[in-house]
Amino acid sequence: MISSDPLVDTERGIVSREIFVNDGIFAEELETLFARAWLFVGHESQVANPGDYFVSRMGAESVILCRDKQRQVHVFLNTCRHRGMKVCRYDEGNTPLFTCPYHNWSYATDGRLVGVPQHKELYPDLDRSQWSLIEVPRMVNYKGTIWASWDPKAPDFLAYLGDVKDHLDQVLDHRDGRPGGSEVFGGIHKWIIPANWKFAAENFLGDTYHNPSHRSVDLIGIGPSANAGQNTGRRDNEYQGGQHVWVSFPAGHGVHSVWKQPNAPYVESFRDNKEVEEYFRHCYEERTRRLGEKSRLLPFTGTIFPNTSYHGRQPRALCVWHPVSPTQTEIWRFFLVDADAPAAVKDLLRHYYMRYSGPAGMTEQDDMENWNYATAASRGTIARRYPYNYQQSLGRVREGEPIPGRVSTQVTEESARGFYRSWQRYLDGADWDALIGRAPVRQAAE
Amino acid sequence: MAAEMARDLAYFRLREEVEELLYEEADLLDQRRFGEWLELLADDLHYFMPMRRNVAFGTHAEKENTRAGHDISWFDEDKWTLAKRVDQIMTGIHWAEEPRSRLCHIVTNVRVLAARPSCAAAREVEVGSRFIVYQNRVETETYIFAGRRNDLWRRADQGWRLAKREILLEQNVLLAKNLTTFF
Repeated sequence: MISSDPLVDTERGIVSREIFVNDGIFAEELETLFARAWLFVGHESQVANPGDYFVSRMGAESVILCRDKQRQVHVFLNTCRHRGMKVCRYDEGNTPLFTCPYHNWSYATDGRLVGVPQHKELYPDLDRSQWSLIEVPRMVNYKGTIWASWDPKAPDFLAYLGDVKDHLDQVLDHRDGRPGGSEVFGGIHKWIIPANWKFAAENFLGDTYHNPSHRSVDLIGIGPSANAGQNTGRRDNEYQGGQHVWVSFPAGHGVHSVWKQPNAPYVESFRDNKEVEEYFRHCYEERTRRLGEKSRLLPFTGTIFPNTSYHGRQPRALCVWHPVSPTQTEIWRFFLVDADAPAAVKDLLRHYYMRYSGPAGMTEQDDMENWNYATAASRGTIARRYPYNYQQSLGRVREGEPIPGRVSTQVTEESARGFYRSWQRYLDGADWDALIGRAPVRQAAE
Repeated sequence: MAAEMARDLAYFRLREEVEELLYEEADLLDQRRFGEWLELLADDLHYFMPMRRNVAFGTHAEKENTRAGHDISWFDEDKWTLAKRVDQIMTGIHWAEEPRSRLCHIVTNVRVLAARPSCAAAREVEVGSRFIVYQNRVETETYIFAGRRNDLWRRADQGWRLAKREILLEQNVLLAKNLTTFF
């Protein structure tokens, strides 16, 4: 029995534990949120050639990201139209057809149903064009990253992003400031944790307050200069002297970024390898020259509502928190690198990413422990009566200063409050204007 | 390769020696004698655990496992990183291992796959084994990792040193929230 108090009260800074543990609320999330919002599916570098496919997920469901013979990229629900069997149970590969193992219906890589055994005798009137693989109605390739939504009425991806675009760009763009140009390393981390997906999403949208939980890794030092004897903790001091900003956006996105001083000098980093250090020095200088004032923005972490998070620089990756149950999440992480970076750069980054992130990552392991037992200790009958506190820096926020969005210059839970405000709107079935904070478009009088 | 090795007395003596070594190593890990475990590792150790993919028939050799030196894997690292992992556990505030997990390394199916220059005078030995690592932590949290290992051990003045270890964990999606133990 859920109490009649609101689940989310962002004015008071209170969120019910129910939304992290309740089966009914979880089912509503799948229906009202994951079936509407833009979700990250994969990267174009994973399906570079015609026939390439990568099996991904949207919410709790399996989808196929693939490139057809005409080089068009598609996202299909991974299920046969006849009896529902998965048409692909491989993780990735190349194929001319997806043939269902059950009754051998087969589909071309553009989704068309092209093979139905004995169709002349058994299905003389079958209109095969009506039985293609189920394709997402909305899909976008944004700087190499593929996103999709199951809602035909979803706003364009850029409208959905709003001003968080500037921050996401700093993740996706080349380190030297050119737009795009990233690729995903082979090998996608996939693992299951006993925690609600929102713990992870919220952690990344600006929970800087949990920093002390990583004291053990900071003591030993695993950054990309640590092997050269420079212990600066988990990463180099790239943000030195900059103004840390925590920004909340109307569509529920939240980021922690840094607004550097004008003409801030390069901070020496990646000192484990001279060639790599020189690469990043060169990129920094190029980026400053190319982007000018905009180069002052450096990304740290962020969450694109609802379940795609990023590390922006050290490390650099997109992470998706796939809902499995209220208390289980399957995590997929895609590590990014400049496609044209020298081999030495890719090699050093790869090693650094692996020791930082994921289930074997010395930083992230401690997060998983915390999300696990926070979920576990919120399931109890008595525990559920007591909401979580989200009052940190309540009201200490300014609009659009020094960058667009609701900006805080001190550690804050404002982005978490914004995230749960949006979450509530989805569960209430709000229209897209409300969901992305867009002024309603007036219909011209008929 | 294993089939080519004669099953003579020298082979079985060497295998027995290697088995003892692997059991001793398992004890060091289960008893958290990490300092002594690190001493067993050669300075140029390569410690590798790929991720395992579901791939189509006929493409396994090429695509089943993520590649050392190219792809993201669960582990693709050296002794420095392993020492860091030990250092982190020994801070006492690495929350993923504090309170400490209970661990039980079962090592079995040990075979000598190659010995150089010979079994009788081996300076370098390739060893295949299977493992089950049981991990239990806090109250009821329990994981079972099962798989294969391919090792390269080198005889040094102080005894055998591990120079290469490939760990093939038989899982696709990792069914554990963390990999805080050594394999």
